[in-house]
Amino acid sequence: MGGVGHGTLSLDSFSASAAALVKRWKEIEVDDSLPDWAWKPCCKTGGPSELEGYLALEGLYRDCGGSQEQIEENGNSDGADIFACDTWVQSSSYNVHVYDFHVVYSYSYKVPVLYFQAHRSDGQLLTLDQIKQDLPSDSLKVLSESKWTFITREEHPYLSRPWFTLHPCATSDWMKLLLEESKVAYEEQSLRYLPAWLSVVGQAVGLKIPLELHCRS
Amino acid sequence: MAAAHEEAARRVWGGAVPLQVHLHDADVTAFPPPPPFLTLGPRIGYLPLLIPIIKAHFSNALPPGVDTVWFEYKGLPLKWYVPIGVLFDLLCAEPERPWNLIVHFRGYPSEILSPCEGEDSVKWSYMNSLKEATFIITGNSKSVMNMSQADQIALWEAVMKGNLDGFKNISTRLKLGPFEEDGLVRTASTERQRQQGSDEPESPGSGRPCRVPVRLYVRGVQEDLEDIEDALPVSDWESVSYINRPFEIRKVEGRSYITLEHALQTLLPEFFSSDAQNAEELDPAAGNSDTTDPSRSSQEADTTKKTKVKLIRVQGIELDMDIPFLWVANNLKNPEYYLHVCVYVGTRKQ
Repeated sequence: MGGVGHGTLSLDSFSASAAALVKRWKEIEVDDSLPDWAWKPCCKTGGPSELEGYLALEGLYRDCGGSQEQIEENGNSDGADIFACDTWVQSSSYNVHVYDFHVVYSYSYKVPVLYFQAHRSDGQLLTLDQIKQDLPSDSLKVLSESKWTFITREEHPYLSRPWFTLHPCATSDWMKLLLEESKVAYEEQSLRYLPAWLSVVGQAVGLKIPLELHCRS
Repeated sequence: MAAAHEEAARRVWGGAVPLQVHLHDADVTAFPPPPPFLTLGPRIGYLPLLIPIIKAHFSNALPPGVDTVWFEYKGLPLKWYVPIGVLFDLLCAEPERPWNLIVHFRGYPSEILSPCEGEDSVKWSYMNSLKEATFIITGNSKSVMNMSQADQIALWEAVMKGNLDGFKNISTRLKLGPFEEDGLVRTASTERQRQQGSDEPESPGSGRPCRVPVRLYVRGVQEDLEDIEDALPVSDWESVSYINRPFEIRKVEGRSYITLEHALQTLLPEFFSSDAQNAEELDPAAGNSDTTDPSRSSQEADTTKKTKVKLIRVQGIELDMDIPFLWVANNLKNPEYYLHVCVYVGTRKQ
């Protein structure tokens, strides 16, 4: 009863697809600025511990636009003296945002779910508006136009803290459409599920997915 | 049978927790400090829905301006999206009556709690859970997505006011139950066939096992705990395992019905397993340095099993392991069709 059906994914297939993604990502020559995906096992919750866990891509750096605005804004709150003396330090510090992406399996919807957050180098978490300022225009277009991608702030299933997420209730519908195109074997389909899913949700959050990920070596 | 089901639903919907709400010291702007506010919190309701009456009570002592209101119990910020009854069952090992909560009007802990904009956020959270439960039960969320705005409002109003009859007027159209042993979800057409005495049951979900929406809250208490009242308070949410996982109804060989124990064993295998191999697997996670004894006797295994799960609470009721799971699911579920189960387990770490 495993594999892909109705646009959904079984837990076993999710784990297999995740392992394949981790391996494949390391094999291809990804952009140096893209960190590796890693599997994070969790024994915290119930269920077989060898299957429980999530995919993580952490420490993705982005230079944010509007750096001048950032400096001025923070200069006001920090006081003129500090601002004047530490212009360069603040400049480099406030220009960098660090992103973490997690892919968690939803037992309810039987699909992967993207959770993400971003912080400055001082650890302060970014708001959704600040994150949207980091996104390329095509991502903003996807977010505003597509009914399938909207960002909310929900509790991370394993970390018990609020993270941003793309709501999964419609994922099985559009994944069904996406996978219908391919005529590959059933087992192959489940391995292709995550790269295909990532190509859609990654676009919504400005996460680049190399084309080689979709090709068999 | 229908009468018993009706009675159970009325008791669940009428269930309430006596609350004594204290204003946080730092938020008091009047002298002497105002007395605490006493009220009943509906078990199936949500804390933010009480904010209007709490604000009215403390109105003379509140700091100026507006900020998100939040609640705390013994230093733990309370998750507003968890029903009041579940929070009470989980956090008060020994039920505390009245339940003493602290209300804050400043300093929302946004790194711990999801944002809350009052009633609208609670409604959204409820509808979201209902959509998720619908997906679990039927395989899609269409019956909720296709609700008219008027029906959604009526449904939510019924939940907010604890109006069971109003709720049933709308919810029966969603066709979400009850769950049955044969794995079928009863639908209007199935019911019609049964009334006609048909020998051939319709099986709309025959290719797909029935799934029951379950949310588990697993709390660790001291392993050697004898009296539940001696449990240490929950100091952070990381120490509570929240498991959002449906239970799939499958016929079990040799069983006449599925017990609560069997369901929990499926959802939380490491707390029920007495197998030496599994125990060995769990050792690294638990940081247990003891050597696993493969020759452990079955009696000792039984002892291990018993000391693992100390208590199971649903809707404030401590349930026996051998109670039929589907009775629990059908009669003690919340208005979003989730069965919320609080499990107390003995752990070495604590």
